[in-house]
Amino acid sequence: MRQKQKAAVLSQRQTAPEIYDMWIETDLAGEAGPGQFICIYPKSESTLLPRPISICQVNEQKTAIRIVYRIAGKGTREFSSYKAGEEIFILGPLGNGFPLQKGEGKRVLLMGGGIGIPPILQLAQEIKGDKQIVLGYRDNHLFLKEDMEKLGAVQIATEDGSVGVQGNVMDAVRQKGLEADVIFACGPMPMLRAIKAYAQEKNIPAYISLEEHMACGVGACLGCVVKTKEIDHHSHVHNARICTDGPVFEAEEVEI
Amino acid sequence: MKLETVIAGVTFQNPVMTASGTFGSGMEYSEFVDLNRLGAVVTKGVANVPWPGNPTPRVAEVYGGMLNAIGLQNPGIDVFMQRDIPFLKQYDTKIIVNVCGKTVEDYVEVVERLGEESAVAMLEINVSCPNVKEGAIAFGQNADALYHITSEIKRHAKQPVMMKLSPNVTDITEMAKAAEAAGADALSLINTITGMKIDVHSRKFAIANKTGGMSGPAIKPIAVRMVYQTAKAVKIPIVGMGGIANGEDAVEFLLAGASAVSVGAMNFVNPSATMEVLEGIESYMKQYHVENVTELIGAVKE
Repeated sequence: MRQKQKAAVLSQRQTAPEIYDMWIETDLAGEAGPGQFICIYPKSESTLLPRPISICQVNEQKTAIRIVYRIAGKGTREFSSYKAGEEIFILGPLGNGFPLQKGEGKRVLLMGGGIGIPPILQLAQEIKGDKQIVLGYRDNHLFLKEDMEKLGAVQIATEDGSVGVQGNVMDAVRQKGLEADVIFACGPMPMLRAIKAYAQEKNIPAYISLEEHMACGVGACLGCVVKTKEIDHHSHVHNARICTDGPVFEAEEVEI
Repeated sequence: MKLETVIAGVTFQNPVMTASGTFGSGMEYSEFVDLNRLGAVVTKGVANVPWPGNPTPRVAEVYGGMLNAIGLQNPGIDVFMQRDIPFLKQYDTKIIVNVCGKTVEDYVEVVERLGEESAVAMLEINVSCPNVKEGAIAFGQNADALYHITSEIKRHAKQPVMMKLSPNVTDITEMAKAAEAAGADALSLINTITGMKIDVHSRKFAIANKTGGMSGPAIKPIAVRMVYQTAKAVKIPIVGMGGIANGEDAVEFLLAGASAVSVGAMNFVNPSATMEVLEGIESYMKQYHVENVTELIGAVKE
């Protein structure tokens, strides 16, 4: 039987305001793919539900998972206090990650916005294709930029214009005249909507990673649904479960 | 040690069940829980036709619990009969199907379809979901309406009927008595308590439906109180639920008068919660030399 697993914090550092970068030692690393997520269970009994957090990176030995997350509430605030050696409970890897084969031999745009940037790192590491990475930040706190630069050409967009192109990732794509055969992206909903529209305009596929408030993380509670074009296979309505049918969807499949 | 408990003539191998809506039809959790070890799987509510449910966000965390307003998303009875029942039949556990509807006729349609399936041990009638506008709760907050729907369902049901009661009423014992008088074979309580959460930073409701049903350990004292009051008011057996997280919580419900218990929101907090509750009941029985779990039912010292 699968169950919540014990894991140990190997290291943690703050890399930007409210942004933390943590390595966790766990056997689950061996099964983890880019775009999948793990659930981390807060210890406080007032914060019961697991926090779904995307997998940022897996180490070479496949013994540890890296997560990069923003403090969004009480649970993630608790996580930010963990030091090396802290014992935690996690579940995963969960969900369907990015379909790597769709990028093989193609010109691939990898786009991450804000706290949607982390899963793009492992994706950039694994994807075979001619890749360009485009990252969107609020300001000049460019977490994960150096890691990304080791894996490919990186374009930066910042909302305040302090670094790179002023605006969002789509502004960077248009201004730099980037061309692609396929897009992989994770980020806030307005960004994903813009990417979906761009992909339609260019008639290319886009694979986008969605998020929604979740309770169970395993497909039972039906809390985290997204409207779909076709009837979904679980409830036979038009609601796919982000946790188990996603979190990565082909943009055309979902009504966002 | 005897763990068997009998409700409306149905023998359950132990008193641990899954609260409707927190466990799907068992498929998702079968990776985490040996379903053969459960007293029963109580399924997610099923209607006569597919229901799309509410807009998102549908869930939010609150102190010691959560709010949900899923809106009874379900695939409808056809898919349920073709897919979910055959899945559950593979396991050595009892199947209790939760039935929802917008009108009495909707409920009766589902109840009649389920009557064709002998593997279904019992029906749980959802007249207490706070998150849908029509049906459901409308039948559960008025004693006359509850009496009417219970008797209509009883006329058509082949299996024992358990009415799931809402805590969002002035006096739950009035509802319990109405259901009993109409022929209900058992009661389950409590459904979630209507709540609300507002994000003060965005000034928005945390849940798209504005209100949601609260569940989790924070509601347990309310649930225990209502089970106790209801057990005093009626003779039919009760399945108790509300924030059960471990064996001692389950024993508390049994002592208050429940004949079995359901684990709900805690499945989300710990996918193996049902098994830990079962093992916790067993260790409590060992510790206090309880031979038969039924000795605990209603055994609180007055």
